Amino acid sequence: MQSDSMADRFIGKSIPRKEGRAKVTGRALYVDDMVMPGMLYGATVRSPVARGRIRGIRYAQGIPWDEFTIVTAQDIPGKNCVALMLNDQPCLADQVVNHAEEPVVLLAHPDRYLLEEARRAVELDIEPLPAVFTIDESLARQQVVWGEDNIFKSFLVESGDVESAWGHAHLIVEGEYETGAQEQLYIEPQGMIATFTAEQGLTVWGSMQCPYYVHRALMTLLDLPVNQVRVIQTETGGGFGGKEEYPSMIAGHAALLARKSGKPVKIVYDRMEDMAATTKRHPSRTRHRTAVTREGKLLAMDIEFVVDGGAYATLSPVVLSRGTIHAAGPYFCPNVRIRSQAVATNFPPHGAFRGFGAPQSIFALERQMDQVAKVLGLAPEELRRRNFVKQGETLAVGQVVREKVDMAGLMERALELSDYYAKRKRFAEENPRREVKKGIGLASFLHGAGFTGSGERYLASLVGAEATPEGRVRVLAASTEMGQGTMTVFSQIAAEALGVDYDMIEIVQPDTAVVPNSGPTVASRTCMVVGKLVESAVLGIRQQLLSSGLLPERYTSEQFRQACRQFIENHGALKSSSEYSAPPGVYWDDDKYRGDAYGAYAWAVYVAEVSVDLTTYEIRVDDFVAVQEVGRVINPVLATGQIEGGVAQGIGFALYENVVWQEGQMVNSQMTNYIMPTSADLPPIRVFFEEVPYAHGPGGAKGIGELPIDGPAPAIVNAIENAGGVNVNRIPVTPEVLMEALEGVHA
Amino acid sequence: MRSYLPAYDMRVPLELDEALETMARAPGEWKPFAGGTDLMVLLEQGKLAHRKFLSVARLKGLYGFALTDDHVTLGAMITYRQVQATAILQQEFPLLCRAAYETGGIATQNRGTLGGNIANASPAADSPPALLVYDAELELVSARGARWVPYAGFHLDYKKLDMRPEEVIRNIRLPRTKKNWRQHYRKVGTRRAQAISKVCFAGAALVDGGEINDVRIALGSVAPTVLRCRKTEALLRGSLTTEMVRAACDELAREIQPIDDFRSTARYRTRVAQKLLAEFLLGLIAPPAGDRA
Amino acid sequence: MPEVRKVAVSFAVNGEPRTVEAYPMARLLDVLRQDLLLTGTKEGCGEGECGACSVLIDGELVNSCLVPVAQAEGSRITTIEGIAGETLHAVQEAFVECGGAQCGICTPGMVLAAVTLVGRQSAQPTEDDIRNGLAGNLCRCTGYMRIFEAVLQACEKSVGAGA
Ligand SMILES: Cc1cc2nc3c(=O)[nH]c(=O)nc-3n(C[C@H](O)[C@H](O)[C@H](O)COP(=O)(O)OP(=O)(O)OC[C@H]3O[C@@H](n4cnc5c(N)ncnc54)[C@H](O)[C@@H]3O)c2cc1C
Ligand code: FES
Ligand code: FES
Repeated sequence: MQSDSMADRFIGKSIPRKEGRAKVTGRALYVDDMVMPGMLYGATVRSPVARGRIRGIRYAQGIPWDEFTIVTAQDIPGKNCVALMLNDQPCLADQVVNHAEEPVVLLAHPDRYLLEEARRAVELDIEPLPAVFTIDESLARQQVVWGEDNIFKSFLVESGDVESAWGHAHLIVEGEYETGAQEQLYIEPQGMIATFTAEQGLTVWGSMQCPYYVHRALMTLLDLPVNQVRVIQTETGGGFGGKEEYPSMIAGHAALLARKSGKPVKIVYDRMEDMAATTKRHPSRTRHRTAVTREGKLLAMDIEFVVDGGAYATLSPVVLSRGTIHAAGPYFCPNVRIRSQAVATNFPPHGAFRGFGAPQSIFALERQMDQVAKVLGLAPEELRRRNFVKQGETLAVGQVVREKVDMAGLMERALELSDYYAKRKRFAEENPRREVKKGIGLASFLHGAGFTGSGERYLASLVGAEATPEGRVRVLAASTEMGQGTMTVFSQIAAEALGVDYDMIEIVQPDTAVVPNSGPTVASRTCMVVGKLVESAVLGIRQQLLSSGLLPERYTSEQFRQACRQFIENHGALKSSSEYSAPPGVYWDDDKYRGDAYGAYAWAVYVAEVSVDLTTYEIRVDDFVAVQEVGRVINPVLATGQIEGGVAQGIGFALYENVVWQEGQMVNSQMTNYIMPTSADLPPIRVFFEEVPYAHGPGGAKGIGELPIDGPAPAIVNAIENAGGVNVNRIPVTPEVLMEALEGVHA
Repeated sequence: MRSYLPAYDMRVPLELDEALETMARAPGEWKPFAGGTDLMVLLEQGKLAHRKFLSVARLKGLYGFALTDDHVTLGAMITYRQVQATAILQQEFPLLCRAAYETGGIATQNRGTLGGNIANASPAADSPPALLVYDAELELVSARGARWVPYAGFHLDYKKLDMRPEEVIRNIRLPRTKKNWRQHYRKVGTRRAQAISKVCFAGAALVDGGEINDVRIALGSVAPTVLRCRKTEALLRGSLTTEMVRAACDELAREIQPIDDFRSTARYRTRVAQKLLAEFLLGLIAPPAGDRA
Repeated sequence: MPEVRKVAVSFAVNGEPRTVEAYPMARLLDVLRQDLLLTGTKEGCGEGECGACSVLIDGELVNSCLVPVAQAEGSRITTIEGIAGETLHAVQEAFVECGGAQCGICTPGMVLAAVTLVGRQSAQPTEDDIRNGLAGNLCRCTGYMRIFEAVLQACEKSVGAGA
C-alpha cells in the first residue's frame, strides 16, 4: 500500500509510546521485579583464567552445601551448547575453558547473601594454557584456539579487477584503522526466571530481544520438544544487540537449575558480572589501499577487514558479513576487493551490538576517504561528492541501486545545517591563536535494513492477527519492545492499514506459546520487514470481514468493531497471518556472495564539530548534525529518539568507551570505570529526515535502528584531524591516545 | 550485592559522647560511617573488609558551622551540596565550591561529606587539593579529648592517616587568609560529570605587581596521597618569568609520582599536571578576570 | 559466620508509615523492592553511578543503593510510585509526550531527578542546570535530548501553573 501522506491518520504522527505511562510511573514490570513462590536465586561460578584445562572443582568448608542446588556440565540432559549458528559454545564449560568468565558451575539457594558466600567458596582448579589476545597472534596461529586455523569465517567480495587498476592510478593511498571493543551497557542487566515441571515443561521469563532464539537454545540444551518450552519476554531495559544471543546462555543456566531443584530460579547479573562476562562489540582492524584518478574518482579499493570474535563463533559470521558488505560504503568504484575474516581469540565472545560490524568498517572507510582527499588536495566533501553512488549504479557486492538516492543532496543539507563551510574557514583562521582548537568533520554512509543476504528468505517470518470478542485487533509477533518503540509503531501501522482508532490495536506480549516466529528483533528489520507483515496480517482480517459482507467498503471504527464481533459470533474466531516473501527482483547468491545484500538501505551524512583542548587533550563534541533518508518516518518523536540515542552511543564509541583487558579479562567492569557519556558530555544532537517512501515498507518505511551508530565515530575523528592536524586511526580517542598521537610517541 | 549482609553491623547513635565512648571501648572495632558513598560501594563489590560501623550522620556535634574574623569552621558532616550553598565559601574559598560542584552527581553531592572525602583518603579525591591550598586544619576528637592537626600532614601514605582508630573528624577549619590570592582549580576527569579524577589541580598565589609573594600548589591523582608540592612552590618566588614557569614544571615532574592504571597513564598525568601548572602560572600574568576557578 | 540481628526500622514511604525488619546495612533499594514490593525503583549498577535507584529522602535526591536502611530511620521517603497523584505529575506527562522514556529502566530515577529540578527552580532552569542536574542519571537509550525537552516542557507548565 503506497501511503498518501496527506490522508495518513497515524503514520507520520508522533503518537506517544504505548507503554509510556507504565514506564514513567514505575509500573512496567522487568524481570527483576518478578518473584515467584518458593523461588531460588541462581549464581554462576566462572573461570578466572582465559584458557586452560579444568582439573577439578572444590567446594570449600563452611558452606551448607547440602542446601544448594549445584549444576555442572554433567547435569545437562541435551546437547551442551548454546544453539545458535555453529553450536560451538558450551552452556557450561566441560574439561576446558576458552575465555575468562566462562561459566563452569551453577548454584542456587533461597538466600541471595549466602549464595554469594557460596560462589566465592567454589574453587576451580584450572591448569592454564597459552592464550591468544590479539588479531595478529590469532592469524599467526602459533596457538590454535579454535577449529583448525582460528578462523570463524572469511569472505571475499570482488568486482572489477583491483590488481590491474593500480597501474592506472594517479595516486594510491594506504591506511590502517582500528576500533576497540564496546560494551552495550543497557541499564537493565541481563536476567531470567525459569520454572520446570514434568507436566508443563519449561517456562522462562526474561529480558531479551529474540524469544525464538532462546526457545531453540533451550530445546537443544534440555532435549525438550517444541511444546515443552515456553519463552516469555518481560519488559526489557535496553538491548542494543547485547540481548540478542546472550539471553540464550543465561536462560539455559536458569533452566538447568530449575530443572534440578524443581523450583523457580531467578538469575539476574549484577553490573560487574554483566560487563565482564557478556558480549561486546567486535574489535576490528581494517587496511585500505585506494587508487584514485587525477579527477578524484575512485579507481580501486582494496580492503582487508578483520574482526576479533573472541573464544566462540556465536554470531561472528554474520557480524563479519554485514561489516564486509558495508566496507565500501555509499560510493561507486569500478574495482573493489574486500577480504574479510573473523578470528578466534581467548576473550569472552564478542557479539551483536547495534550496527553489527558496519560501524567498524565504516569508521575505517570514512577515515580513509579523508586521507585520500588530503593527499589529492581536495576538500573531504568534494571527494565524496565525486564518488557517491547514484540510482542505477552498482555497489561493491553487485547490487544495483534501484531506489532513488541523493547522497549529494543529503550532504549539502547536512553541511548547510552545520554551517560547515563558514566554520571550516573560521577555525582555520582562529586555531593558530587558540589553546582549544576547533574542528569540523563529516561522514557519509549507508546501512542495510533487514537481514543480510538471504537471511530473510530463510527465516520466513510469520506474523498473526486476530480479532477479539470485544472487536479489537490483536497483533501477534515475536518482535520485542526494548525501548525502540515496536509496540507503538506496530499499532500505528495496523491502525493506519485498517483505518480504525489507534486504541483498537493491541500488541500481544511476546510469548512463544502465543505468538508466531516473526524472527529476532535485530538488524533494523522490525519496522520495515515485520511491520510490513503486520500490515498485511491485519489487512487479512479486514479482507475476511469485507468478503463476509459484514463490513461495508467505507466504515467507521465502530462499524469495524461491530463487524468483528458479528464475525466471531458467526464463525467462532477471526484470524489471519502473513508470511515473508522477498520483494520482487531482490536476489542474493550465497555461494558467490553477490547480489542484493539488503532489500533497502538507509542513507545518511553526519557532521560533527569538536573542540580539542591542548592543555588536557580532552575532546568535546560541540555540535552534531545527523541528516538521513530512512523512507517514511512512522513516528517522528520515536525516530528522532532512536537517532539521538544511537549518536550518543557513537560518541561514546569514538571518544570514551574503552574496555581495558588484562589477560583476557575486563578490568574496568564497573560503570565508574567504563565511561559512557552523561547528560553533561553530549552536544546538541540535531536530527533531520529526508523522507522518500520505500515501496515495500509499511507505509513507506525502512529501518533506522542501527544507522545512527555508524556515522559519529568517523565524523568526530575527521573533525579532530581538522582541529589539530593529527591523524588518529584508532578509537576510542581518549585523551591519552590523542596526547601520544600529538607528541608522536608511542606508549 | 556481593557481600554477606548478615555479617555487617551498624549502630546509629544520637550523641557524640556516646559514639566516642563506643569507639574508645575497643579502638578499631567500630568505624565511622557518614554518607556511605565510599563505604557502600565497597559493600556492593564484596570488598568491605571492616564489619562494624557507627553511623555519625545523626551526631549534631558533626554539623557545626562557625565564622570568625580569622576562620571558617565546617562540621565534618557538611555535604557537597551544602558546601556549594554556603555564601562565605563561595566568596573566599571558591576552589572548594568548585570541587564540590564537580564531585559525582546531585545524589552523591546530597549524601557525600567533606569529612568522608578526607578520611576515605583516596589519592583521587577532589576536595583535598583545595583544602591543602587553603591550609586547612582538622579537629580530631575522641573520648579522651580533641586535637587540631594541620591537614597538610594528615595523609601519611596510601590510605594511611594521622588519625587514631578511636578518633573521628569533627571539624574542618579554613583560615581566611586567601581571599586576595589568585586561585585556580581544574579537575581533569574521565568525563565532564560524575567522573573520577585523572589529574586534579589546585593552586593559589599572592601576587603583587607581577611578583609572587606566596604560593600553594596541590594535586590529586598523581601520587599515593593527595600532594602539596612544596618543592615546586619553593621555586615560585619573585617576578614570574617564563624560565621560572619552565623550572617549576620540571620540578613538578620530579615531585609527583603518578602511575599507569586503567584510568590513565603516568605519562599523561605528568604532562597534564605540568600543563595545568603552566596554565595557572601564565594566568597570573593575565588580568584576574581570566581566572577559571 | 557471625550473624548480626535484624533491626526494626520505621519511616514514611510515599506518605505511609512503614516498619521493616532488616539487616542494618541492608540497602534501602532492596528494602523498597523486596520488603515493600515497590519495584519501580530500579537497580542498574549498585554503586551510585547510574541513578536508576534514585529516591527522595526528606526531599533530597539520593541513590537508594548507597543508603543503609538503618540510616533511614525516621525519614520521609518518596519513590516513583509516590510521584503521580490522581493524574500524572507534570514531569511524567512531559516524559510521555516528548519521548523521554525509551526502554524505561532509567526512567523512574530520571523522573525523580527531574522532579527535584522542576520543583526547585523558580525560574526556568538553563540547559546547563538540566545537564548538570541529570548527570548522575545515566540513560543509554535516548542520548538525553528528549529528556531535556521533557524537563523544559514540565518547567514551562509548572511555572505557568504557578504564576
Ligand atoms: C557515584 C559516585 C561519584 C563520586 N564522585 C566523586 C568525585 O567526583 N570526587 C571525589 O572526591 N569523590 C567522589 N566520590 C566518593 C565519595 O562520594 C566521597 O569520597 C565522599 O566525600 C565520601 O563521603 P561519605 O560521607 O559518603 O563517606 P563514607 O563512605 O561514609 O566514609 C568514607 C570513609 O571516611 C570515614 N569517615 C567518614 N566520616 C568520618 C569522620 N567524620 N571521621 C572519621 N572518619 C570518617 C569512613 O570510616 C570511611 O572510611 C564518588 C562516589 C560515588 C558513589
Ligand atoms: S543502582 Fe544505585 S546508582 Fe545505580
Ligand atoms: S530509556 Fe533506556 S536507559 Fe534511559
